[in-house]
Amino acid sequence: MKKYVCGICGYVYDPAQGDPDNNVPKGTPFAELPADWTCPVCGAGKEEFTPE
Amino acid sequence: MENIYNAIKVSEHVYWVGAIDWTVRDFHGYTTPHGSTYNAYLVMAENITLIDTVKAPFLDEMMARIKSVVDPAKIKYIVSNHSEMDHSGCLPQAINLIKPEKVFASTVGAKTLKEHFHDISAIIPVKDGEVLSLGNMELRFMETRMIHWPDSMFSYLPADELLFSQDAFGMHLATLERFADEIPWATLEYEEATYYANIVLPYSPIVLKALQKLTATGWPIKIIAPDHGPIWRQDLDKILALYQKWATQMPEKKAVVVYATMWHSTEKMAEAIGEALAEAGIRVKLMSMNEFHRSEVVYEVLNAGALIVGSSTLNNNILPQMADVMTYLKGLKPANLIGAAFGSYGWSGEAVGDLQEILKAMKIEIVTEPVKVKNVPDEAVLLQCREMGKKVAAELKKRIGG
Repeated sequence: MKKYVCGICGYVYDPAQGDPDNNVPKGTPFAELPADWTCPVCGAGKEEFTPE
Repeated sequence: MENIYNAIKVSEHVYWVGAIDWTVRDFHGYTTPHGSTYNAYLVMAENITLIDTVKAPFLDEMMARIKSVVDPAKIKYIVSNHSEMDHSGCLPQAINLIKPEKVFASTVGAKTLKEHFHDISAIIPVKDGEVLSLGNMELRFMETRMIHWPDSMFSYLPADELLFSQDAFGMHLATLERFADEIPWATLEYEEATYYANIVLPYSPIVLKALQKLTATGWPIKIIAPDHGPIWRQDLDKILALYQKWATQMPEKKAVVVYATMWHSTEKMAEAIGEALAEAGIRVKLMSMNEFHRSEVVYEVLNAGALIVGSSTLNNNILPQMADVMTYLKGLKPANLIGAAFGSYGWSGEAVGDLQEILKAMKIEIVTEPVKVKNVPDEAVLLQCREMGKKVAAELKKRIGG
């Protein structure tokens, strides 16, 4: 599964890791993140992310 | 009038040409009782380079300090390590006066500067790890995104083993002493911690990575030149260790009881909680938001293990001064805290529940039931408050040992 990079702060979303702090389980592809999910580092929206 | 401002030599090729703001007291909501400095640096390389500028009203001071070293028209490059207005505010005017050949910023910085100063001339983006030749020496760049803005970067001058660290390792402290080793350590540690807590804290996980990245560069560093406050040429290991410690956010046996009170009922509860915590061997700080400033609270929370919050209910709401500090704390994301809520009310009593919700949103683990009382707390309620103190103390000790 593809990793996605936050264009604001450089955080990398890795589907293998998920985002456990925000209740996103491991194995969640980027496309399946909820629409209101935001970057756990800087708070940017999903639209700021691009494939790594 | 004769020029009263001179540059101060920092190292073989570098001069401090910044400005001292003795009177600033409010930094977008962070109180700065001891003023600040906006540091700009002149690198006297073959291609003379200005690193960062100052807040807009201090342009003349910066230009005067530059003139004490060199004709500003001889400056070839300007590098912006951080595009926040206190370091870039006079950049468009400085560009007009100096007419440099090129202006550099990080990739995000180049965009941000354009968004700040719409008609600014083209800024050349530099990448993480890029090296700029200054003729007879070089300047290396390292992105430090979110320390503390997306555009932030460090510049490193190998010739002088000097790191321009923009806001990292800086503090709001106005002094004519330009070097940290000329200032008592206790003052430095307090001001640095206050700065970290109010500015850098939410990005602590990134700070840990950046410290690793900096070590991995293998750059020998003799001097750290930040954008605020004094320059570090001694005790570099101590200041780096403090950053490491704060970024790790290891809780100490310390509780902060923050509250706001209308007729001293919530205050009485706070005192009962505080007394019980202290009796259980926990260091306690009681902070009434009727008197304390939000910046002082986050300084105390920086090394605390527990945050206990209280408010009277005013018109079905949290007292505004309490809502203020909670909003501020929530944004600064203090980690590894346990918590509890309390308060007095006259008829409806929403504040305590609201505070609990904020604690939850802050991912603070609530370790005991809230204590609420209608009007003035009697002995039984104060006993419940003491129990709250005891319970928080016990939970805190369980988590950190001892």
